[in-house]
Amino acid sequence: MTTLTPKDFTTDQDVRWCPGCGDYAVLAAVRKALPAIGGAREHQVFVSGIGCAARFPYYMETYGMHSIHGRAPAFATGIKLSNPALDVWLVSGDGDLLSIGGNHTMHAMRRNVGIRVLLLNNRIYGLTKGQYSPTSEVGKITKSTPMGSIDEPVMPLAIAIAAECSFVARCLDIDAKPLVGIMERAAGHPGTAFVEVLQDCNIFNHKAWFHASQKDSRKACTIELKHGEPMLYGDEQERCIVRSSSGLETAAVADVDAGAIVVHDESNRTQAFEIASMRFPEFPEPLGVLYVDQSRPVYEQACAGQVAAAKSDRPADLDSLVRGPDTWQVT
Amino acid sequence: MPTDTIVPTDSIEQAPIAVEAVAVRFAGDSGDGMQLAGGQFTVTTAFVGNDFATFPDYPAEIRAPRGTTFGVSGFQVHFSSQEIHTPGDEVDVLVAMNPAAFKTNIEDVRPGGIVLADEDEFSKVGLKKAGYAPDVNPLDDEDLQRRYRIVPVPLSRMVRESLADDDHGAKEVMRCRNIFALGVVSWLYDRPLEPVIDHLNEKFGAKKGRQDLADLNIRALKAGWNFGETAELVGERYTVAPAKLEPGTYRSISGNEALVLGLTAAAVKASKAMVYASYPITPASDVLHGMAGMKRFGVTTFQAEDEIAAVCAAIGASFGGSIGVTGTSGPGLALKGEAMGLAVMLELPLVVVDVQRGGPATGMPTKPEQADLLQAMFGRSGEAPVIVLAASSPSDCFQTAIEAVHLATRHMCPVILLSDAAVANGAEPWKLPDLDAIEPITIEHPTEPNDGDAFRPYLRDEATGARPWAIPGTPGLEHRVGGLEKEAVTGNVCYDGENHEAMVHVRQAKIEAAQAVIPPMEIGGAVEADTLVLGWGGTRGAILEAVDRLAQEGIEVAHAHLRHLNPFPGDLGEVLGRYRRVIVPEINSGQLRFLLRGKYMCDAKGVNVLRGRSFQVQELIDGIKGHLEVTA
Repeated sequence: MTTLTPKDFTTDQDVRWCPGCGDYAVLAAVRKALPAIGGAREHQVFVSGIGCAARFPYYMETYGMHSIHGRAPAFATGIKLSNPALDVWLVSGDGDLLSIGGNHTMHAMRRNVGIRVLLLNNRIYGLTKGQYSPTSEVGKITKSTPMGSIDEPVMPLAIAIAAECSFVARCLDIDAKPLVGIMERAAGHPGTAFVEVLQDCNIFNHKAWFHASQKDSRKACTIELKHGEPMLYGDEQERCIVRSSSGLETAAVADVDAGAIVVHDESNRTQAFEIASMRFPEFPEPLGVLYVDQSRPVYEQACAGQVAAAKSDRPADLDSLVRGPDTWQVT
Repeated sequence: MPTDTIVPTDSIEQAPIAVEAVAVRFAGDSGDGMQLAGGQFTVTTAFVGNDFATFPDYPAEIRAPRGTTFGVSGFQVHFSSQEIHTPGDEVDVLVAMNPAAFKTNIEDVRPGGIVLADEDEFSKVGLKKAGYAPDVNPLDDEDLQRRYRIVPVPLSRMVRESLADDDHGAKEVMRCRNIFALGVVSWLYDRPLEPVIDHLNEKFGAKKGRQDLADLNIRALKAGWNFGETAELVGERYTVAPAKLEPGTYRSISGNEALVLGLTAAAVKASKAMVYASYPITPASDVLHGMAGMKRFGVTTFQAEDEIAAVCAAIGASFGGSIGVTGTSGPGLALKGEAMGLAVMLELPLVVVDVQRGGPATGMPTKPEQADLLQAMFGRSGEAPVIVLAASSPSDCFQTAIEAVHLATRHMCPVILLSDAAVANGAEPWKLPDLDAIEPITIEHPTEPNDGDAFRPYLRDEATGARPWAIPGTPGLEHRVGGLEKEAVTGNVCYDGENHEAMVHVRQAKIEAAQAVIPPMEIGGAVEADTLVLGWGGTRGAILEAVDRLAQEGIEVAHAHLRHLNPFPGDLGEVLGRYRRVIVPEINSGQLRFLLRGKYMCDAKGVNVLRGRSFQVQELIDGIKGHLEVTA
């Protein structure tokens, strides 16, 4: 078997995102991750909804479906029901998966369908030219909110955990290496793997995540989650997360006992929800893997299991099925 | 029952009087078990060998307040020694379990018809709940007594007294009222009790481990029978001889059952896995329930979070290589519109079952209507043609489902299968088909490139217009599909105007190519007459009977019925041109007529009824006659 390279996952189609769009970095990372993950190209299926990010499948030399707005999780579920052996990736944006498609995103997660979801969150509607999105901050001035948005934004990570998602992670579009690493872990996860990618729309919402992505502010504004390690951040790792009676708080390491610092635990769902609910700027932006539960049954496997059990339970006798229990003769 | 067949009789001891056809309606509260009583009477009817047709009529409310008119549930069984096609216009025997059932159903009883009423329920309170004025008891109404043979029966009291035992509370005992009533009617029509007894033993004994309840109900059944006999309730008994149906093995089948069997048979005939993705909706939910029991045939069911997810999952399943099917009713079809447009664009097989009900919006969820035809034809953005089929009777759903799967996979396109609430819930005898005679459904998934070294996902088969169904997991055939306009052959995204126009025509031509496998029209009745009565879908039985009865009156018309609404049969235009008049009966305001005018400039006349039920034969006869007189 020949080793695949990113080029093997590149189609002959021109990539039509705006120059400088964060989606390019994600595309490059995905093309790079797939050879490392090692699945056969013909087993990869990229599914998307509508939006800038949703053009993704056209650029991947795999099977792909660019579907309709918001419904990608439902299409992906159908594909997995049809063939559980396929590696199904879902790539779409915050408007697609959290606004029009919020319902389907939630249900795919709670069912634990074995799909890998990359949510490219740029906190804006790009393809429709710059309206506020469900992740835009309150006060956001856009074409449709000239006086500022009054909608409280949704928190994708918190929604994922509340919806029983069994793998929840977050990273930055420009962080190729962590992104590839998280994708590898997502690919190894049996159920729904949800990865929020903080992505820059340099046309309509440039710098939305610059506090988290730029060298000068990054260390103070983000926290790298590492399983089993205390939650530290800041330029000199001088800040930390502690637990008070009212939940998580930030503190200076110097002001607290070492034992009071919260230790990140990927298997602790309650704590993961607290981390997922940390809002910037009161808290640093969490990056890394928040939560993993590999024990939950996987939906398409359970479905296939029932079909297999039914097959072994009774022969598939069409003649007897069509006859039914009660027949009579006319002579 | 025709009076001319009644043999004069002096004594109850004489043999039951032979009649040709009878319609019995059980009516009571929606919690009174009327569907069960009617269903069991149907089983007995089948056992005796009559032809039959049933009409379950129940409210959308699961348990409306007891005794109210809007909570009345009915089940009509029409059975005959001759071939019949409808549940019957008029009721010969009404079983009214309470005043509300009496009030809402009495108008449907033919003059002279028998009304068995549970007099114990006609108390002050019961009458008030049904909306009767104080001191009015319809059982005492002399006008009504002249019009009908009203037979008050102390049904509740007798159930209470005859079944009282130490092991069962009043509630369990009173739940047997429906079976007692069934016993009375079984006596009246000389029906055997064994099929019902077998069913009760199975339902309560074998399945629920409550043999005591089975025994209680069996006692109620026999008590009802004995009461009929002992009380000389009506004075005489009737019998309906077995019908002279085509020889063979028969079963009773409802439309929704037949859909389940047909879809499953199609999966078997195609040697393919099927994914049935659906969201519960009246009156289509029973298809989901039925399909959930078909797993051993490789059927996966998916109860989605909504109608949209259901159709999307079905499309995803088809992309993955299964036969994707979704089922719904009118409001759900509206929600599925966008995704169906995508399936048109992706050119993937998809079967969408629409069990039509009264609309718009929530409308009348349990009542039949044929008002989704234009939605099925046009209810998508852009020009998005799909194949549209309609089943004409409960048993016809079987063949229509197989054909839907065949056409969807043959042409790589969505197929909408229209049924309706009356077809879905109504039952009729079905001569079992020869399964070996059903053609296999041939499906090929390519494994090799189709253009030198390249795979062109939109390179077409010349005969069918279909693109190749290459499925994920096949090395070398990786390709992308999507909702953006496709470049011909390559399938790449393309906004070129000329390409778009060509693709619009290609998608249309592909649907029209299905005409090659659609049989020519079958014309019945007086083929050479100058009038054609043209129907579609679930009205076939009523139209056939109307045409027959018109012929008996000396009025000759031809009859044809459409299963294929898009594309129409290739000879439809020519057939329409042969007749001076075309009359189109529909349970809508003229949707097929609209299509016929648009496509064939045919000035068809309509017979249109929208009353939450199928046609009554008489109103069809009147409607057809009206057009004949006007243009005579």
